[in-house]
Amino acid sequence: MEDKVALLVNNISVVYHDVIQVLKGVSLEVKKGEIVSLLGSNGAGKTTTLRAISGLLKPENGRVTEGSITFDGKQIHNEPPEVITRLGIIQVLEGRVPFKYLTVEENLRVGTATRWGKPYKEDLELVYHYFPRLKELRNRLAGYLSGGELQMLVIGRALMAHPKLLLLDEPSLGLAPFLVKEIFDIVKKINEEQGTTIVLVEQNANMALNIATYGYVMENGKIVMEGKAKDLKENPDVKEFYLGTTAKGTIKSYKDVKAYKRRKRWL
Amino acid sequence: MDFFLQLLIQGLSIGCLYAIAALGFVMIFKSSSILNFAHGELLAIGAYIFLVISVWLNLPIYLAFIVTFVGSFFLGFVIERLFLRPMIGEALIEVIMLTVGLAAMFKGLLLFIFSGNTYVYPNFLPAGLTIKIGNITVSSVYTATFLATIIFLIVFGLFFKYSSQGIYMRSVADSQTAALSLGVNVRRVFALSWAIASLVCAMSGIVLGILNGINVHDLSKMGLKVFPVVILGGLESILGAIIGGLIIGVIETLVSGYFSTSLRDVVAYVILVIILMIKPYGLFGLVEIERV
Ligand SMILES: Nc1ncnc2c1ncn2[C@@H]1O[C@H](COP(=O)(O)OP(=O)(O)OP(=O)(O)O)[C@@H](O)[C@H]1O
Ligand SMILES: [Mg+2]
Repeated sequence: MEDKVALLVNNISVVYHDVIQVLKGVSLEVKKGEIVSLLGSNGAGKTTTLRAISGLLKPENGRVTEGSITFDGKQIHNEPPEVITRLGIIQVLEGRVPFKYLTVEENLRVGTATRWGKPYKEDLELVYHYFPRLKELRNRLAGYLSGGELQMLVIGRALMAHPKLLLLDEPSLGLAPFLVKEIFDIVKKINEEQGTTIVLVEQNANMALNIATYGYVMENGKIVMEGKAKDLKENPDVKEFYLGTTAKGTIKSYKDVKAYKRRKRWL
Repeated sequence: MDFFLQLLIQGLSIGCLYAIAALGFVMIFKSSSILNFAHGELLAIGAYIFLVISVWLNLPIYLAFIVTFVGSFFLGFVIERLFLRPMIGEALIEVIMLTVGLAAMFKGLLLFIFSGNTYVYPNFLPAGLTIKIGNITVSSVYTATFLATIIFLIVFGLFFKYSSQGIYMRSVADSQTAALSLGVNVRRVFALSWAIASLVCAMSGIVLGILNGINVHDLSKMGLKVFPVVILGGLESILGAIIGGLIIGVIETLVSGYFSTSLRDVVAYVILVIILMIKPYGLFGLVEIERV
């Protein structure tokens, strides 16, 4: 079943500014058409992993120093983003970065950059089909949108690029629970209807594991756990540290508390 | 009153010139945060290409325009490729110093070829461009400047508002990282903004040449004139560049008309200082959208 693998991250190490080592041997496998979730607390290296895949490490002065990344059988690590985006890998940045002084529709049009000069009207309609709210806001400056609207905008903008692999970095960050649910439902729909493969980075483990088929847990630049989404949801460690359903009063050891207390920010 | 109107029209027309010159400057700054100190020299190069084609080679005027515009466009492209691209990732101050070096190099080259003499273009403006309203005469140069400015502004307005490439360019000015994440070719955008800036410079160079004759020193001095204009208007704002240009053009002309021509060049800087004291980000400095 080798041919079904879309993305293979093989034991990569990543260093920023030639000295700050952030990833230490991360491996991931993502099958075509699948949603894979990457969980972990602040600073675990999730965003860095996505950057390594999308090529956005380079502008941050980071580099894959060991290991390899293959997409559709091509080696892509340390390639520039212009090349990687044209293979169909689009990263949706953490913190929803809009083009503030462009209108919603102009923002969406930037998503056509990988296929400049080709028609895009149908793609606009597709995005408006998934996010009808954006159609109402099409002539509004993106800088004035609310958090939820922005999240729709940046996902829609990425869709305009016809992505084969969509890298979503914490889409739920700072959004109300009902909005998170709405956005995750749409992500799931896009995955099913467009066949888009998705890597979903999240701290909201519960939501992420609901729509993902497989999950990885990162800690300190390493993968510390992986498994089918439904197994991870049942896993006592994940339950305790990510889903907030700890059996009452069972602190295993002081070391555990110290290591994991930063994790609970999202609860 | 007639004298005032005459000066006003003249001032607005000179202001248009400043506005276009500033436009190219702002464009480079917006896309790559580079202050281009070689702006005046680009302007001079445009004026000289036009001179060579129209006078020395004696080719038709329309050809001279085409060759000058196409030539300057490519010159901008080449400058970016050759000098700026290798500097990507270096500290901004070094890149800015590089443009200072480019300015010296271009000026030296122009002086070497054309020396410090003043040349003139043949008078090719149709007489019909001279407009008489009552006692006021608007000479053909000024009418031509107005027309050229308006055409340029419309063409560029449409380009940036509607064309995909124009929208990509604005996206890079807005957030380079987000643009990169969507596959915008940021290097092409930089190259294009230099190319367009250089083309716009050539345009103002030609008009200045028609107004005052073509002289290396005078033309390259215009590069300094864009500073009060863009700082008045706000470095980030295209609209600001246009309005800043008009204001400085008008005030300069009024001052030299009513007081003394020698005050003319000083007044722009006086305005600059006053504006900076009142509105440090310029009249149209970017108001950050804070909502996000
Ligand atoms: N551009 C950079 N230069 C240097 N160090 C960086 C850079 N970006 C991230 N780091 C460091 O790499 C580590 C991992 O950061 P990363 O952003 O990948 O974490 P994350 O898992 O996405 O965290 P969060 O959930 O807070 O977004 C952090 O210690 C961070 O300080
Ligand atoms: Mg992150």
